[in-house]
Amino acid sequence: MSLKNILENWSHYRRAHEDGGHHEYEHMWGMAIDLNKCTGCNACSVACYAENNLPTVGKDRMRKGQGLHWLRMERYWDEPDLGGDEKEYQERGGSFLPMMCQQCNAATCEPVCPVAATYHTPDGLNAQVYNRCIGSRYCSNNCPYRLRYFNFYSYYEESWPEPLNMQLNPDLSVRDKGVMEKCTFCIQRIRTGKDAAQREGREVKDGDVVTACAQTCPTEAIVFGDLLDKDAQVTKLWKAQEVELGKTKQDKSNGELRGYRVLEGLNTDPCVMYMDRVREA
Amino acid sequence: MQTKDINENIAWAKINEDVLRSMENPRMGYWVALAACVAMILCAVLAEIYQYQVGMGPSDLNWPHMWDLYIATFVFWIGMSHSGTLLSAILHIIQADWRKPIYRFAEAMTLFSLMTAGLFPIIHLGRVWNMYWVLPYVSDRGIWPNFRSPLVWDAFAITTYMTSSALFLFIGMIPDLAICRDNARGWRQKLYTVLSMGWQGDDRQWRHFRRLYLMMACFLIPLAVSVHSIVSADFAMSIMPGWHVTSFPPYFVAGALYSGCAAIITLFILLRYFFRFDEYMTIPIMEKTCKLTFAIAMVWTYLNLVEFAATWYGHDLVAKELLMQKFIGPYAPFFWAMLFLGSVLPFTFAFEKLRRHLPTMFVVSLFLNLGMWLERWMIVTPTLSLSHMPFAWDVMWPSMIQWAIVFGSFGWFGMLFLIFVKVFPAVSMYEVKEMVFHRRHYHNDELESKSHRREGDRQPADADPSPSREGA
Repeated sequence: MSLKNILENWSHYRRAHEDGGHHEYEHMWGMAIDLNKCTGCNACSVACYAENNLPTVGKDRMRKGQGLHWLRMERYWDEPDLGGDEKEYQERGGSFLPMMCQQCNAATCEPVCPVAATYHTPDGLNAQVYNRCIGSRYCSNNCPYRLRYFNFYSYYEESWPEPLNMQLNPDLSVRDKGVMEKCTFCIQRIRTGKDAAQREGREVKDGDVVTACAQTCPTEAIVFGDLLDKDAQVTKLWKAQEVELGKTKQDKSNGELRGYRVLEGLNTDPCVMYMDRVREA
Repeated sequence: MQTKDINENIAWAKINEDVLRSMENPRMGYWVALAACVAMILCAVLAEIYQYQVGMGPSDLNWPHMWDLYIATFVFWIGMSHSGTLLSAILHIIQADWRKPIYRFAEAMTLFSLMTAGLFPIIHLGRVWNMYWVLPYVSDRGIWPNFRSPLVWDAFAITTYMTSSALFLFIGMIPDLAICRDNARGWRQKLYTVLSMGWQGDDRQWRHFRRLYLMMACFLIPLAVSVHSIVSADFAMSIMPGWHVTSFPPYFVAGALYSGCAAIITLFILLRYFFRFDEYMTIPIMEKTCKLTFAIAMVWTYLNLVEFAATWYGHDLVAKELLMQKFIGPYAPFFWAMLFLGSVLPFTFAFEKLRRHLPTMFVVSLFLNLGMWLERWMIVTPTLSLSHMPFAWDVMWPSMIQWAIVFGSFGWFGMLFLIFVKVFPAVSMYEVKEMVFHRRHYHNDELESKSHRREGDRQPADADPSPSREGA
């Protein structure tokens, strides 16, 4: 964000995000998550911990809310006092909502960071630069999904005592105290996939990049891919559900359609589509 | 009952003597107070050192409560800084001369509360050592701060306001520093010689001084209003329910003037009592300050109601739920306390007997400030405890680390103020003289009829009945 760049490309910067913002997007990484298939097994979350060097913080700190879980499995119960009798509540069980950073195209966390540590990449990702972060935590406050986590301690010493540090993923860093972090859509895998494609002199094709959660999901509820790639499975799913980017409300006139994006009414334009769980009445 | 703002028969020499006396020979009580302040600061410093080494964890901040007392107290101190500008600049421009005996310490309060407030955004950073990154310094890497972020605006606004109010305080003090210089010996003489910048009190100097002072006053008023509006933008620019409120800038400015005026009353009474400034900080001036505070309290109450009504009749269900939770949720006792202290308690000012009674006003002003501190806390915390995602609903209580730092900030402010009153004149000598002079010549019919009149001028008796200038 140099001054020269701003002055020369001013009109470019003034473009609304619906028109692509100030980016010529090369990719638009997105997800489609089928809640019908999700069993709430938390395998995605575990995979995320392993892939992204997430520290385990212990029971007490987790209870205090000082843990880091980039992909969290939200459980919601149909409580009896919110309709439905006791029996139904027990029979139905909970419903699950796996929440990872929604990589909003109009991300609310980006404009508020005082040092521009979080910004939008040409990949359509909402990137977090750990080295630049000063820990003002404004981004987390302004994230309506509350999907940004803060390193309240230097967790790495306790989380990976020798020789457990050997299990760390060498493709990305271990964060120290005082920085914000969040799901990156496994940016190290995207990087690797793009590099491999470049070496072979071809475009990135669907299936080159799979995030840890999508790879691990036993029911294949999570589909990851490039929304600009017309042949990608994720694009097809979005199309089938008639969910479009850049909208604050999807057309719900067709009862067959289950696709929605969480809190899209706030005009954050998230890149993750959920397909509603169908249940017996 | 005393009705005059100031006794117009005070001799010039007595004014000098009284004020200079307050700067000399600190008694035992002064040293005890100073030691207490330093002890409070030590509490905060120890807590901060621990937090610096371990991380933000011990403060019990958590997900989703990323901000808590630090930011609330930051807003509180910024707010307190506004009354100095109100008294010294706004009342200067509208020529309310009752401000003259009390504006100096109010301005010092402005500066010191800004110096306190400025610490909090730094303390609350996860990586304090990189705090200068929010400033647009020239870097080889060509990296700038994010100019869209309200936190960067904060940094600009607060540093500008702090510099200007320090300059304003200093400029307004130059004639007084010259008086100090002429009466001091030893290190004080050297200090005041430098600070009074060769002030001789001749016509040319006064003319330039007046012009500069007026210019600074005009410059400071929009600055003060903008500073707290920008602080409110920290919240209002966000998307969170309870923060995303259009009326926040005026609401914050009103709250700021409110807590500032309450703090002026507290310090007014303390200074009057300890330095025996009874003849300068008089009861009628106190009464006027109280009336001003009452008016601002009502503005604040009104803006509160505006916010409630706008939320209640709005379409934002989350904001509505949040509003309900403020009234009945886990933070409700504090919210009700804030409403009681902020909106009901100021009605004590409506009674003449009470607002002329110093002990009552002392207690009331302390409670008003407690109410305003609670207001800031109730802005920051309930919003974080209840946001759009039900999964992220949480109630959090701050840990002792946070309380220690908040506690220490009062010690820091107190220490700065205690040093100020012994090094600089806490009452403006030259402006009190102006006030006395003005009263002698324009508020005294007997003198007025004698002075400045030539033969053949109309006598006051047969002039048109003009509006009373009492209390102008």
